[in-house]
Amino acid sequence: MKANYRGAVHDAIAEAMRADERVVLLGEDVGRYGGTYAVSKGLLEEFGPDRIRDTPISELGFVGIGIGAALNGLRPIVEIMTVNFSLLALDQIVNTAAPLRHMSNGQFSVPLVIRMATGAGRQLAAQHSHSLENWYAHIPGITVLAPATVADAYGMLRTALSNPDPVIIFEHVGLYNTSTDLDALEPTDIARAAVRRNGTDATLITYGGSLPKVLDAAEQLAQTGIDCEVIDLRVLRPLDDATILESVRKTHRAVIVDEGWRTGSLAAEVSARIVEGAFYDLDAPIARVCTVEVPIPYAKHLEQAALPQPDTIVAAVRGLFGDN
Amino acid sequence: MIEFNMPALGADMDEGTLNEWLVKPGDTVTRGQIVAVVETTKAAVEIECWHDGVVGELLVPIGQTVAVGAPLATILEAGEKAEPRASAPAAATEAPQQDAAPAQAPQAIPVAVTPSPVGHRQWVSPVARRTAASLGVDLKTLRGTGPQGAITLQDVEHAAATAHHEAPMPAPAPKPAASAEPKSAAEKARERGAAMRASIAAAMSRSKREIPHYYLADEIILDTALGWLTEQNAGLPITERMLPAVLQLKAVALAAQRYTEFSGFWNDDGYKAAPAVHVGVAISLRGGGLVAPAIHDVAEKKLDELMRDLTDLVARARAGSLRSSEMSDPTITVTNLGDKGVDAVFGVIYPPQVAIVGFGKPAQRVVVVDGGIRVATTVQSSLAADHRASDGARGALFLAEINRLLQQPDEL
Repeated sequence: MKANYRGAVHDAIAEAMRADERVVLLGEDVGRYGGTYAVSKGLLEEFGPDRIRDTPISELGFVGIGIGAALNGLRPIVEIMTVNFSLLALDQIVNTAAPLRHMSNGQFSVPLVIRMATGAGRQLAAQHSHSLENWYAHIPGITVLAPATVADAYGMLRTALSNPDPVIIFEHVGLYNTSTDLDALEPTDIARAAVRRNGTDATLITYGGSLPKVLDAAEQLAQTGIDCEVIDLRVLRPLDDATILESVRKTHRAVIVDEGWRTGSLAAEVSARIVEGAFYDLDAPIARVCTVEVPIPYAKHLEQAALPQPDTIVAAVRGLFGDN
Repeated sequence: MIEFNMPALGADMDEGTLNEWLVKPGDTVTRGQIVAVVETTKAAVEIECWHDGVVGELLVPIGQTVAVGAPLATILEAGEKAEPRASAPAAATEAPQQDAAPAQAPQAIPVAVTPSPVGHRQWVSPVARRTAASLGVDLKTLRGTGPQGAITLQDVEHAAATAHHEAPMPAPAPKPAASAEPKSAAEKARERGAAMRASIAAAMSRSKREIPHYYLADEIILDTALGWLTEQNAGLPITERMLPAVLQLKAVALAAQRYTEFSGFWNDDGYKAAPAVHVGVAISLRGGGLVAPAIHDVAEKKLDELMRDLTDLVARARAGSLRSSEMSDPTITVTNLGDKGVDAVFGVIYPPQVAIVGFGKPAQRVVVVDGGIRVATTVQSSLAADHRASDGARGALFLAEINRLLQQPDEL
């Protein structure tokens, strides 16, 4: 069966709503317009305006509504148009949703799923294109997911809905149109990183929209005799250290590819954990391929030049090997 | 302040070992002065300095091998004061052999720290260090192949495997990875022989891979030239007598001055004729291998001067003490295998040069002159030239010009 990423998210929401009447969807343009990225097309017709709720342009307000609904027994999915706009709701997410379980000594939990688009590549300029996953991955009390495959787009959302605490899902805008052949879509774990390609010479660690580029780079490198293992982090908080360290202990080299900016990045966090956990297994310095530290440009050639690309990834991996 | 760098003494040289400093900090040096002796895979070469000034600091200690282009010393120009270079005091006391290495000035460091080719301790990757400890490999004996010369896991495993293979062998077997004792002279000679073989292999492979050679040959009657030479030599003491080879060198140089597409260099941006003809003389070495150092400005020199230069060059080449300019300057090469008894030699061009002229054995042969049969002393000349830089028609004229000049020894 041919499945694409957008359809997988759509199906996950629709099937969850059919299975559990507590599941509701709210956000800007999710109803009559069918979702900014057309993920919720047809859901208003099937489930009606009580469960598919268009909201005003007020992230602070509708994320707050989602938290309140979750506290009162619903299983809301809140869609935020881009991670840039989610900054308006940081107070609700960081100060309310994340700490409530701890602050209430376990009396309250917030079973909320917040989905948002992230990343660049579609010429949406600096206010719609950033990758701020690391900001959320910094916060205890929430789980942060970055599905990079069609199977995970469906499976992680289904599993997230049964999580008793807040989950934030980052859907990279470059992935919505990707498709693949699958037997069936089913729930997947939201705890482990996945090895997407086995290799022996270097470990390439990435997540989200950079995964296809990294796999492309790994193929190019394989043709020149450098056999790379590719790890898809999938879960950005809590990080699956075991999978990362096991791979680096085998390959002795690590390159982290992260569409976020390098300074204070998730790539920095992963790098630090490798040094803490596998220093004596390293055979070369850890390398990072991140976005150039500029607000993402609008012009297509500048935008592409700012982002990690297969050739920059290939060059970074080559740099870990001597000339001979 | 000028940095005096390790020169490239030929297309096949990647690194050199500093054998001897002939100057010390504070010495005044002049352009062309020999300041150091560097050992390459081919020979010990005297290195000239091309700046006037005062030696500031010697950056590379004797015995250290550095890459071509690495700074060897600083030279202060007139009026300049010696600035103390930033240095790491800890490194200076811990590792005296490295205290002359250039420390990086802080303002020269961009965001990412680029290490200088010398000046830091040997880098060893963490897993290589751990593995070396568990396998009992001495890291000091290894040469790193990783990024920036770091010792990697593979280097350690390779050394361990080599040592393991050699362990059961009888004592005299040399253990290249772990010989702490000084090497014997024979061992050194053998190593240098192997290294020279490797560098000749690299240069000649590059030549045959990149240069589209074409070959031309000519037969030159030498009677006039040899007769003239005998006359000239009659008045000279034995030590100053000239050999026919000198006539050949001069004839080649004069012809090359006229046909400029045979004396120069082919580089990435095409052919560039050299302003002066420096003829490289192929000299075979007694231990095997060969070098082709230059005699400078051959076209401008008198024959007796050339003879002295040739004698001196051959002696120094065989003694292994050539100068840097002699190694890097040849614009065309002449190879003469006549004394080995061969009739003709077709050379392989030494890149980035574009031509090599060969001479075989001068011998009495039957020739036809002016419709009559005659016995004359002749020699086979040949030209191997780079077809990117010249065409056969010009090559033919070039060879014919050499022949013509050798018929007019007065002009040489």
